[in-house]
This record gives sequence, structure tokens and C-alpha cells, in this order.
Amino acid sequence: MAGQQHTVRVTINGEDYEGPVEARLLLSDFIRHEAGLTGTHVGCEHGVCGACTVLVDGAPVRSCLMFAVQADGASLETVEALADGRTLHPLQEAFRREHGLQCGYCTPGILMTLKPFLEANPAPSDAEIRKALSGNLCRCTGYQQIVAAVRRAAAMLRGEDP
Amino acid sequence: MTTRLIGEPVERREDARLLTGRARFIDDIRLPGMLHAAVLRSPHAKARFTRIDAAAALALPGVHTVITHEDLGTANTPMPLLNEDPGFIHPRTHQALAPGQVRFVGEAVALVVADSRYLAEDALDLIEVDYAPEAAAVDLVAAAKPGAPLVHDDTDSNVACRTADSNGDIEGAFAAADFVLREELRPERGAAQPMETRGVVARYDESLDQLTIWDTTQAPVSARGVIADKLGLPEAAVTVIAPDVGGGFGVKIFLVYPEELLVPFAARMLGRPVKWIEDRREHFIGSNHERLMVHRIEVAATTDGCILGIRDHFLYDSGAYCPYGPINAQCAQAILPGPYKIPAVHTEYEAVYTNTPVVSPYRGAGQPHGNFVMEAAMNHVARALGLDAAEIRRRNLVRPEDCPWDSGRIFQGNTPLIHRDSDYPAQLAKTLEALDYAGVKRSQPAEREQGIFRGAGIAFFVEGTGISPYEGVEVRVEPTGHVHVTTGYPSQGQGHHTTLAQIVAETLAVPPEQVVVESGRSDRFAWGVGTFASRAAVVGGNAALGAAEAVRARALELASDELEVAPEDLVLADGAVHVKGAPQMAVPLAALAYAADPINTLESGTEPGLRAADYYRSPDGAFASGVHGLIVMVDAATGMVEIEKYVVVHDCGVMINPTIVDGQILGGTAQGIGGAFYEKLRFDEAGQPLVTTFMDYLIPTAMEIPPIEIHHMESRSSLNPLGVKGVGEGGAIPALAAFAGAVEDALEPFGATVRAVPLDPPAILALIEGRCEGRAAS
Amino acid sequence: MKPPPFAYECPRDVAEAVALLAAHGGDARPLAGGQSLVPLLNFRLARPAVLVDLNRIEALARIRVGDGALRIGAMARQAAVEADADVARGWPILPAAIGHIAHPQIRNRGTVGGSLAHNDPAAELPAVMLALDAEMIAQGPQGQRTIAAREFFAGTMETALRPDELLTEIRVPALPEGTGWGFQEAARRQGDFALVAVAVVLKPDGARVVVTGTGDGPAHMEAAEAVVAERGTDADACEAAGDAAAAASEPADDPHAPAWYRQKLVTALTRRACREAVIRMGR
Repeated sequence: MAGQQHTVRVTINGEDYEGPVEARLLLSDFIRHEAGLTGTHVGCEHGVCGACTVLVDGAPVRSCLMFAVQADGASLETVEALADGRTLHPLQEAFRREHGLQCGYCTPGILMTLKPFLEANPAPSDAEIRKALSGNLCRCTGYQQIVAAVRRAAAMLRGEDP
Repeated sequence: MTTRLIGEPVERREDARLLTGRARFIDDIRLPGMLHAAVLRSPHAKARFTRIDAAAALALPGVHTVITHEDLGTANTPMPLLNEDPGFIHPRTHQALAPGQVRFVGEAVALVVADSRYLAEDALDLIEVDYAPEAAAVDLVAAAKPGAPLVHDDTDSNVACRTADSNGDIEGAFAAADFVLREELRPERGAAQPMETRGVVARYDESLDQLTIWDTTQAPVSARGVIADKLGLPEAAVTVIAPDVGGGFGVKIFLVYPEELLVPFAARMLGRPVKWIEDRREHFIGSNHERLMVHRIEVAATTDGCILGIRDHFLYDSGAYCPYGPINAQCAQAILPGPYKIPAVHTEYEAVYTNTPVVSPYRGAGQPHGNFVMEAAMNHVARALGLDAAEIRRRNLVRPEDCPWDSGRIFQGNTPLIHRDSDYPAQLAKTLEALDYAGVKRSQPAEREQGIFRGAGIAFFVEGTGISPYEGVEVRVEPTGHVHVTTGYPSQGQGHHTTLAQIVAETLAVPPEQVVVESGRSDRFAWGVGTFASRAAVVGGNAALGAAEAVRARALELASDELEVAPEDLVLADGAVHVKGAPQMAVPLAALAYAADPINTLESGTEPGLRAADYYRSPDGAFASGVHGLIVMVDAATGMVEIEKYVVVHDCGVMINPTIVDGQILGGTAQGIGGAFYEKLRFDEAGQPLVTTFMDYLIPTAMEIPPIEIHHMESRSSLNPLGVKGVGEGGAIPALAAFAGAVEDALEPFGATVRAVPLDPPAILALIEGRCEGRAAS
Repeated sequence: MKPPPFAYECPRDVAEAVALLAAHGGDARPLAGGQSLVPLLNFRLARPAVLVDLNRIEALARIRVGDGALRIGAMARQAAVEADADVARGWPILPAAIGHIAHPQIRNRGTVGGSLAHNDPAAELPAVMLALDAEMIAQGPQGQRTIAAREFFAGTMETALRPDELLTEIRVPALPEGTGWGFQEAARRQGDFALVAVAVVLKPDGARVVVTGTGDGPAHMEAAEAVVAERGTDADACEAAGDAAAAASEPADDPHAPAWYRQKLVTALTRRACREAVIRMGR
């Protein structure tokens, strides 16, 4: 029942990936199992939990609700792109400092949601942070330490040292 | 100088990998030649079948095998019964694949292995099973009655277990009562729903006859035993590894889920690695549930609000099997009296089979249920007697001067519930102050005049933790100077590696960076059971302390020989042993580790290595406690509820890492709020699940969970050397009752009484309007 | 939860897309933002033989104002409409309602046309388009036609589109000076589908009260509209409009809420949306 194959060329974190895919291959599966970037996680495969959030041409989207073939020509960004070598991105550093993660499964999707959010809104209120987070379910933290981490990350990105 | 690490908010060593996408969760494992499995699940709540026709599926290119019960042979014998109960009538455990009869929608019927998960799912669509559906027992109350359709045909009733427990003079208590409250209270069915589902990867190495299983289990050592036994292999040939696991909360401990056996079976049969990753729909029907009970409670009280006795008869929905034993019922009945000094308690429960997924513990394991019943009853007694909800609690609390005070209840692991090392009145006072309880009460009359319905709720909890069995930890100083710590119980996000390193590094006075921790691998450490019941810090933490102290003693002994100074004149600091007051006279631990392995001069009968293992069990467990208090605002036109303030006063004893403790409390409370107002599993009359997506199972988002204010009351436990009390579940336990109490208080002008959780906006509007038909069909 | 196999077509313009739909008959489904369709595929609740992906038809993604009307290409992302300055100025009820649709990640992919053509019975955009008297432009093999919103929404997940027709554009007429609007939604969680949502548009020459979540999708509450038209904006008009809307709605019991509860929501939310609109009208 193997379907028709399509060639997909995408850039992920600045690197080119090309390969044949079946049309039905979800972008999340392409990123994880074809490109081998397993930092992006899959939590529900119906677009609610947000664990699979990646940036497609700069915008956060659910990679479980796109087919890989649809990303042909696009530039993707995943959690693996955040840190600069061993140096954590301020968001990552803030999550570590504030205990913004426990099991860490939802974390990559949250980080990829927040990166463009903080770029667009460098000094968010707690209410804005919570609204921005509302498309990402976390079952461990109760969100409070995540909110604190976002506050800290925003300050770090603004060049303040909270 | 010994650096204090226990009690410090040390940053977690786990985080860098998790934050950068370098962690290794189960689905991140990729092995050469790996195949992918999918499970065919029953679409019926009860049915018989005689034939599974997999011909079309097998004909699909890329499909390697379809395994049914007939292929499994002795591997398909019933799973072990994990917990006994004196009242068991007919315990029934599940089998890996249903042998001709299915008992819930979701029960495993066959396993497909194919080149990809996509193909495996295509194959599932092509398998035909000649199901003959039968009447199902779905509703708990109906299932318990004589004449209900039987879940297990070889029994005469769905009641699996009937157990009573009594302490005190219950008849006398009721005879002396001025007032008796009688009511039915009902915590509904929910589920843990960790963000990562379950998964299993297995590889069989034929040349070495070694089976390696990566498994999201919370109990790898125990899982190894069951899997080896079922597959007829020596334990020595089986390794179970829990990789990074994305949340557990109880649902990932079960011995064992069908897939934990089927995937290794398939890998062995095919000679190729096999991966199975549960999808979210499967998780809703193929993994265990929790929570549904129906309690009929009677409370005997005096007019001034002293509780003299309680009787609680309750039904516990076990689901289709009860391999875990009626553990949630056991915990619910044990924890029932909470922090209150109730002279007589009588409980009786019936665990009932229904044609629904199996029920096993989810964060709190029955304690949220028992807690809801007791705390709701306290509110209702208070109201009937014209007392304030805080005041009736204050009057009944066990006081520090009463302690130790034996409640007479026996908790999980045969642990007596004896109150000590806690100051409940102080906890209550702190809660009321932090909440400005008096202020809320003062404002209520004027607010109500304006149609503003604000209310405050409080609920105590006593949480059983640290129960048996034992756990073990080995600490070994390497000649490299690194300290290697291994244990069997794995982490699902609790940060055990950080806290174990804190304990060991402080005890041995080494920098924590020198400590390497490994856990959850049966090939590294194969003793103990697993991670559950808020016991890792108590049982594992004290084992780590014991092992590290033994290593310290051995190091002092070795150094004493080396430096020719008596051990009592030596101290550990900065990774070395030195003479008190003369730090220049020192020998590094690395050198002692080297000296401890005299390869050419070892005396027979002695052991090499600067190492020790310790195994810790707490016969009296440990008990954490605290209070949740919150203020809600109810929109009387829509039934929507806003939480304006949420306060947690919490005593978990010594906090090894306060930041991690806060995380446990916050996360647990969020799950409790989910159980109070959002999360509910439903079935139709035929047993079809109506909630199988995150669209319908309403896990709260960051918008629904309010900021939570935590106040710690850190009183050391006298029951274990670390002085810890366990913290994993306390957050989740009292939230149901606290929320319900707050809503009742807000809606007091309407005479609202909450008898079931979770509430939802229709239920709240029904309370306001005094409607009977509070809820949607089913 | 992996989708079943399907053939994939990726047309570059509307004509090609329409030709593909026609060629495959009922076996083909257009793929817009995919935020509703892909979950259905992942659950294998939809099994189209062919998916016609509209995401590369650039002409369909435009948002512009022409002749006073707002013209939204069917493939314009919800997030783009939400952030559009012209939309915010002239049709502020649209971004307000779009803010209730799921979450930013969904709105970055989800399209206005996709939501309208899907017509989930509790979706926000169909209700708002109905309240705004929008017109839907459909392209079929026989050419283009214009469908008024009143005719377009034809019941649960049903529209007036024929299987070989594609929704290409939504035209929203300009709102006259002095128009007031209100949008109210009750949902269990941030971003969930509405239990009930109400859109009210009060123009100097007439009122629109649209309720969704009570049955077959968005519905004009004509009795409520008449109440407001008759009584204007006096204090009790909104109360009466809420009662009239509730009397006219006939929700059924479902697992999320009993019928009576939804009726209560209609009353409460219509009143609130109406009051919001009255306040805005006065500005």
C-alpha cells in the first residue's frame, strides 16, 4: 500500500535535507525519523498538546498537522538550533535556573513557541506569557516555574541580569 | 569544610540534555533493522471471538507478522497479582493477548509488526475478527448488583473483593451522636495522561542469547522479572532499561502491560529489533485509568462539631481486571480520617469489575478519593451545624501534644498511619492567614448583594509516602575520583539524579560534579522495585545516605591506616580525607579507592573497592501533610469558575532540594485542579469510551492553572535518617476537595452541595438553579 | 495515529485546483490549513483518495480592501487576518473572534476559508461571517458564483459548496460609521471550541445576532435581532434580546453539556455581547 513518493527538500536549522517521502508522512515524523532530529517530540498527533511545535519559515506550527511534502522548500527550525554549541540560549538557561521543566518532554515545543513570542514581545506580562503558553500542555510543572522562566528569559534577552 | 548540599536549590543535572533536544526518550531509540509494531484493540466492551483472519494484513508488502494469542503459548498465561487483599473473592488478571474473549474497548487482541508504523496501522485495518458482542457491565453501581452482566463468566458476581476494616467503638460513636450526616460522594474517572505515551523497544541478540528491552516503565527491575518469567528466560538474559521517560504519575507502572511482553516476544521471534510507540488514542483506551468510586459515608458528630465516628461503604471501579489488587481502595480507606482525631472509623469496600480499562494508581492512588470524601463531609457537617468550615477542622485536628497518635488505619505496604512530626493547627492557621480567609468571609454579604459569588475552600491532607518495599543504592568511589551512584528505580522527571547526587556529594564531601548517577537499568542495579507512592526520596534517598555513610566510614578506615591517625581524628573535605586541624595531612578519595583494590594482595573473604550498597525500607513509611486553600469567583450566569488565589501549606519534612519540591507541589496541584474541574473520562452504556482525545479530555493549560503560593512548614520526620516525608503526590490529593469546598462556599446562598468531582460549568449552574439534571447524558 | 495513504496534488492556481477536484469527483478533498482535516486523517476518520493541497496557490492568500469591502483570500492564515491593520480598523470583531480559535500555532496554519468550508458547528469564523453579512466567492468548473453567508452555512459540517467547487474569497462589506459589535464565547479552556459563542453587530440600520454552538452551526437569532431593532439600545433591550435568542435556540444534549445549559449560555452571552456592542456603538 506504499503510496506515491515525492521529493522533499527542506532546510532544518540551516542544513539541507532532501529525500523521497510518501505524501502521508507527517512533518513531525520526517523531522524525527528521516532527518534524525529527535528533540522535537510527539504527544498527541491531533494538534492539541503542542509538543511537536517547530518553526516553519519562522512561525511556530504543529508539525503533526503538516505533511512533510508540504514543507518542501521551507526553512524549519527545531529545538536543536537554540543552543550555540555548549552555550544555552537564554530561554534554555532561564528554564534551567527556574526549574521550568521536569520530565522535559513538552519542553522543546514550549521553547519553540516562546522563541518567536519573545522576539515579538520582549517584555510580556504574566498574563501574556500564560496566553502564549496555552497551546502547549505540560503535565509536570503546573506552568508556574515555566512562567517564571519566561520572565527571566525575557529579561536576559533584554540584556538585564535578573 | 563540608559543603551543605542537602536543602539547597541545586540546579538540575538532567536539564541541559532535555533543553537542547539531546535527551533519549523511547521513540528516539533507533536500531539497525528495526521494525515497528501496532496493536489491534478490541472495539467491543465485551465480546467473544473464535477467529482472527490476518491473511489480508499478512499479504500487505512490508508486513512481517501478525501475532495472536495462539502464537504466544505459555507467554500468555495470566499476569501476576501484585497486591493481595484479605477480602479477595476472585482476583482476575489480564493476559498479553485476549484468548477468545475481550472485556474492554482497547484490550489487546493482536500485534502487527511491519516496516513502518504507517504500514502496521494499514495492516490493522485489514485484520478481521469474528466478534460476537455480549452485554457489558459498564456503570459501577449497576455492575455491583446481582444479575448484572458478568465481566468474568467464571464468577458469580462482579464483586472482586469485599473488605472491611474497623477501629474504635463505631456503634458507640453513632449511639452518642447528636447529629449524623449521611450522603453519597463520587470522585469520577480520570487518567494520568503523561505528555509522553508508553513505548517499548526490544532487541534480541541471538549469539549472546540476550534480550534488551527499553521500556517507559516506572519499575524496570520488576518488569524484568515478569518478562523473563513469561518468556521462559533466565533473568540474567534479560535487561530492562528505562530511558528518559516523559512523565509517569503511576500509569507507567504495571506488571506488565501487554506490549511490554509482546514487543520482546516479537523481537525474539523475528530476530530483529521491534519498536512500539503508543499513540494518544491508544493511551486513552489501552493504558490504565483511575478515580471512580462511589462512597456512602455516615458521620457521627456532636452539636459542637466534634466528629465521633465515621462509617464509609464504598464501591471501587476496578476495570476489567485487578492485577494491581484494589490498591486505590486500600489507600482511600486508610487515609480517610486525614489529620482528624476520630475515635472510631469503619470502612468497607467492594472492588467491582466493569467492562472498562483497568484501574491502577494515578498520583495519589486512592488518596484523592478518600480525601475528597472526608473533606467534603467535614464541610457538610459544618454547614448542617452552623459552623465555619475552618473552625470544624480546627476542633477535630490531631494536635502536636497528642502525638504520636495512632489513627488505627493501615496504609499501603502494611504501614500503620501514626501521626507525628507535624503541627496541623499551625498549618491551618498559616493557610487562613495566607488566604485572608477572614477577609473573604467579611466581604461575602456585601458581594452577594451585588450578585458577586466569591468563596473560599480549604482542605487538609495527610499523604502516605515512603512505603515498602525497599529500594537500594550502591555508591562506589572510583580510582578516578568520580563517585558512581546506581539504583534501580528510574526517574520520570523528578530529578532523582540531582537529589541523589546532593545526598552523596554532601556525605562524602565531594563536589557534586564528581558524582555520576545511573538509574533504571536492570543491568546496573537489579534490586528494589520502582518509582511510585512518593517514596523515592524516603526509601531511595535514605538508601543513598546509608551507602554513602558506609563508604565514608570505609574511607576513614583506609585513611586511618594510610595516615596512621585514628579515624575519629579524620574528616572528609574537598574530595579527600584529612586530619582534623591539619588539612595538609590528607589523602584523596581517589587514592583510597585505588588502595581499596589491592589486586595482588587482597585477602580472601574480604571485598575490594571503596564502595557500599545500602537497602532501605521504612516499616512505618512516612507521612507528609498540609492544607490547600483557595478563593474562587463563580460566574452565576455561565457556571464558569475563576480561581483568584491558591495557597498551599505543605510539610514534607526536610527538603533535599526546595526547588524540586516546589515543582512537585505545583505540578501535583495542577493535576488536582484538572481532577476538580476539567478532566473526566466517560463511557456510553455499551462501554464505548466517549473521551479519547485531548479535545475532550481537558488537561488544563497555563490559562486555567492559577499562580500558586506555597508555604513550607519543614518539620523533620523522626522516621528516617534524612528526615524526609515524601512529596510526589501531596499536591494532587486535596485539590478536589478544596475546589469543591470553595464553590460550595461561593454558592452558599443557593444551598449548593457538591457531591461529585470533577465539577463542570453545567454542574455548577445546576447547583445554582437547584436542578437535578446537572450533567450531560452519561 | 498515522494517516492512511492518499495521492497528493499540489496545484499552483485556482483553475488547476478546480480541474483536479472535478477530475477526481468525490474522492478528492481540498487541503487548506489542515488544522481540522489532518487530525481527522491521523485518526483515520477521513480517508480521501486524493488531497488537493491549496497551500501553494499564492493568489488565495491575499487580504485587501477594495471598494470599501474587505476581501480575504480563502487561504489567508487566521493569524494574518488577526494581525492585519486594515482588518483591525474596519472589522475589529474579526481579530477579536479569531483570538478564540485554538492557539497561535494553529492560527499560523489555519485559514479563514478552511474554517468556513469545514463549518464546524461550534467554530467562531462562520458565526462572525454570518453576523457580518459576508459573501463567499466559489469557483467551480462552470465558473464563479457568489453565495451569501445566509445560504452558505447549511448545517453541521455542511456548506452550499458543491463537491467540485472551491471557496476562493470572502467579501465582507464595510461597516457603517457608528456600528457597534460584541463577541462573547464560553469554552472550557483557552482555545477550545465554543460551548456557545455569540456575535452581535449593531449597525445604525439593523442588528445582527448570531449564535453558534447550539446545533447545526451558526444561526441568526431573528427574534433577538427584531427586539434590538425595535427597542434600540435602551437598557433592557439586551436583556430581552438574550431571552429571545435563548427561546429561539434548540440545542441538544451532548457529552460536553446538556441542552438546558447551552440555552442558559445563549441568554447570558447574547446579553453580554449585546451590551458590549451598545457600548461600542456609543463611541
